[in-house]
Parts: sequence; C-alpha cells; structure tokens
Amino acid sequence: MQETTANKVAANATSSFTEHLQRDRPELLPYNRPLGNSESAGQPLQVPHATTIVAMTYAGGVVMAGDRRATMGNIIASRHIEKVFPADQYSVLGIAGTAGIAIDLTRLFQVELEHYEKIEGTLLSLDGKANRLGAMIRGNLPMAMQGLAVVPLFAGFDTVAGVGRLFSYDVTGGRYEEQEHHAVGSGAMFARGALKKLWRPNLTEEEAVSVAVESLYDAADDDSATGGPDPVRQLWPVVFTVNRAGARRVAERELAAVAGTIIESRAAARREA
Amino acid sequence: MTQQFYVSPEQLMKDRADFARKGIARGRSVVVVSCEDGIALVAENPSPSLHKIGEIYDKIAFAAVGKYNEFESLRQAGVRYADIRGYSYDREDVTARGLASVYAQSLGAVFTAEQKPFEVELAVAEVGTSQDKDHLYRLTFDGSIADEQGFIVMGGQADKVSGAVETGWQRDLSFAAAIRLAVKGLVTDNESPDLPAAALEVAVLDRGSESSRGTRRAFRRLSDADVMDLLAEES
Repeated sequence: MQETTANKVAANATSSFTEHLQRDRPELLPYNRPLGNSESAGQPLQVPHATTIVAMTYAGGVVMAGDRRATMGNIIASRHIEKVFPADQYSVLGIAGTAGIAIDLTRLFQVELEHYEKIEGTLLSLDGKANRLGAMIRGNLPMAMQGLAVVPLFAGFDTVAGVGRLFSYDVTGGRYEEQEHHAVGSGAMFARGALKKLWRPNLTEEEAVSVAVESLYDAADDDSATGGPDPVRQLWPVVFTVNRAGARRVAERELAAVAGTIIESRAAARREA
Repeated sequence: MTQQFYVSPEQLMKDRADFARKGIARGRSVVVVSCEDGIALVAENPSPSLHKIGEIYDKIAFAAVGKYNEFESLRQAGVRYADIRGYSYDREDVTARGLASVYAQSLGAVFTAEQKPFEVELAVAEVGTSQDKDHLYRLTFDGSIADEQGFIVMGGQADKVSGAVETGWQRDLSFAAAIRLAVKGLVTDNESPDLPAAALEVAVLDRGSESSRGTRRAFRRLSDADVMDLLAEES
C-alpha cells in the first residue's frame, strides 16, 4: 500500500475481492495452492467430506437446511460440522464436498459480497451473487479433477422480484436455477425423494422448516454419510430461512421441537419407513 | 541551459503543507462524535451518492474531507486492507490502529515523494464494547496521526465548528443528541441558521449492533427521514 498514488489505485480499481486477491495475494485463494503431483492418483485423498443439503421455496422466501455430519471414508469425521452459512443479508449458501476447501470458499464468498457492498455502496443483485459463486467453483476445477470437489447450493431472496430463488452448481461452475426444491450431497437422492412427496406450493415458513428437517431425516435413514437428528447429543440440522426481512437462523429450540414431532410420528406409525 | 534554483527543504515542506491546508479548508466540515450509544459521523454533504463517510469493517468507519478522488482511493484501499486482514487472520484482528498506521504511512509517503500532497484529512473511528474502548484517529495530509478523545472536527472552518461542539459535548449523549450537537456545530460555518436533512450525510457505528440488529457490522447509514426524525426530537 506504500506505493499507492491516485493513479495506481485507479488502475487497480475493482469491486471484486477475489480479483484483488488473484492480482495481489494469489496464495490466499483457497484453490490456488498447488497440490503435489498426482503420485497417489487412483487413490482419492482421505479428507472430511460434507454431505447433504436441502433447500426449497415457500410463500415469501426460501429455506435451506444441512445435516451435521462430515465423513472420511467409513469414519464419521465430525458430528458437529455446520454446512449452511449466511452469505450476506439476503442469501445463504450450503456446501457439499471436500469440507476444508468448501469452508474456505464460503469465507471467500462472504467477504466477496461484503467487499462489493462496501466499495460500491450497494448490494449485488441475486443473479450477480450466483454468478460470482459459479466463477469461484470454476476456479476450483483443477482441485476437483484431483478428487477435491466442492458443490454448493445457493439460495436467496430476490428483492426486486420479491421471491425466493435457488441455484445449484456443477464442478465446472455451471449455474442452474432450480424450481421449487433441490438437494445436493451424498444423501441428495433420498432427500429429493422425500421432498417430492412432502413439498407443495405456498408452504408457510414453519411447514417448510418441518419439511426440510423431515427430508434430511429420510436422507439419513438410507445414506450412512448423512446424520439424522441426534436427541442424545441434542444435535439438530442447521436451518436458515431467507425472506424479505433477511436471512435468519432457526433457533435450536424450534428445531428440537420440529425434530421431536417427526421422530414421534415415525415411531407411532410403527412401520419400516 | 536553465539553472535549477535552490529551495531549502524547510521551504519545500512548508509550501506543500500550505497547499494542502488551503485545499482542505475550502470544503465543508465533518464531525465525528463518540457517545453513549456508539459513534456518530455527520458531514455536510448535499450529494446522496458521493459519500464522505464510509464503512471499512465490522466496527470501523471512515470519514474524510478534501478532494473526493483522493480520499475515495484511500477509502477503497482501506476496505481492501481490512478485508484481506480479516480474511487471512480473523475478523477480530482488524483494528483501527492497524488501519490508521497504514494510512499514516501512505499519506506520509505521498507527502514527501509525490508531485503534490493529498489534500485530505481523514478520521478512522472504531467503536468498542464500552465508551472507554472507542478509538478516534485523526490523520492529516503529511501522515501525522493523532489519537483523539471524544470528538473530531475536520475541514472547512474547523476551529469555529470545533468550538461549538466542544461546549456541548458530554460523555453520556445519545445518538440523537450527538447528531444534533454535530449539526449545531456545522451551522456555525454557515450563513443560514439551519441545515436541512437532505444536505447532511449521517451514519453511526452502533455499539449494540449484535443485540439490537443481530449483526456484527456496526455501521449504519441514516436516511433523510431518520435524520429528520432525530433532529425534530429537540427537547
């Protein structure tokens, strides 16, 4: 910063934190650390993986939920990991895939949005945010080729259109807008099955939270890498809602009640599934 | 061949300082006040989009007077510095002291090495958990840095405005009272006796942002309507 003159600063003008890092401090980017040459190719690196995330729209917003398990092969690496984060005031981000890189990418994305807001004095549009996230996932492609993929799910409230919207991504950074509901991660297949039966248009916020928790319950039932609600340790999924008032983390107390009701109703049914 | 005239270093520095001072005094004043609720930043600024006051980080704000392009480039450099620091260490590790010392070094380097000094004066404010932990730093065009207590007045007829603010300043002011005090100070540098809300730029660093608004970002810009309400609260 010592050599700063008005000219140099002007030539360097960018509102993107990632672009700034790329130029000045590339070693700080989560996906710019060179991996050793792939001697161990064929044998994927044993690192914690984050698993299932579900998201859906409801009347006036979106809800996103993630279970609390990270796995490393057949081992449970963490029972407490949190995989759904607020990205900014009006959007949330859930991550599946290599946990270490995913958490760094999330931090970078949060700073990216806040940085833009501070430099420009205005919030990015929801599509702008979704595109920035796509570019970051694209940046991680070389790591993904070596087995360290990150697959996020992005949801936010479009303040202009007044609706909640969902975006999914592939490892090449491809961005796809999803309708109604979506899930990513190892248990996504089972969660989607549950969502197809449980979701309906114009759910209320409470109903949507309950549907999210129940679909994760079903995912945990069939996928060993997804953790279900844990009444012993009092662990519940992380659930965020986003509406016109902004993003809100659903309180533990509410989730305990929702999960309790689901477990009770399943137990009372006395059926296989 | 033209002969280079000898100019003594004292004369050179004095000329540069006079030049910068003149530029800064030409504009309108900015007042930064530490109070019970946090820190209030008030500027006389008719433009709703070209700001003199800005957010740097969670607890840190920036206020400036002088040439817009120069302090805007410093503001952006400050946001970058803070975001990189917070990203590579932790959010808690970004402090006003660190930022102010980087500003002091850049201003000092420009003052001695460049064709002309920056015609700006900056305030870096950090709100703490209690009023004793608030920090207000004043940075001048030559890179000198001062740790101020209570309030800072910069730019325009700073002496006059500062006098008015000093007589009314107390530790336990609310935001409303602090903003009214700042406006009372600003009008002493004016022909007309009152300033409409549209001619003011007001922002606050809210001491209790975590509990009252559920966000660690303490900076909040007040709209004209908010300012009008606060000014009308006169008791």
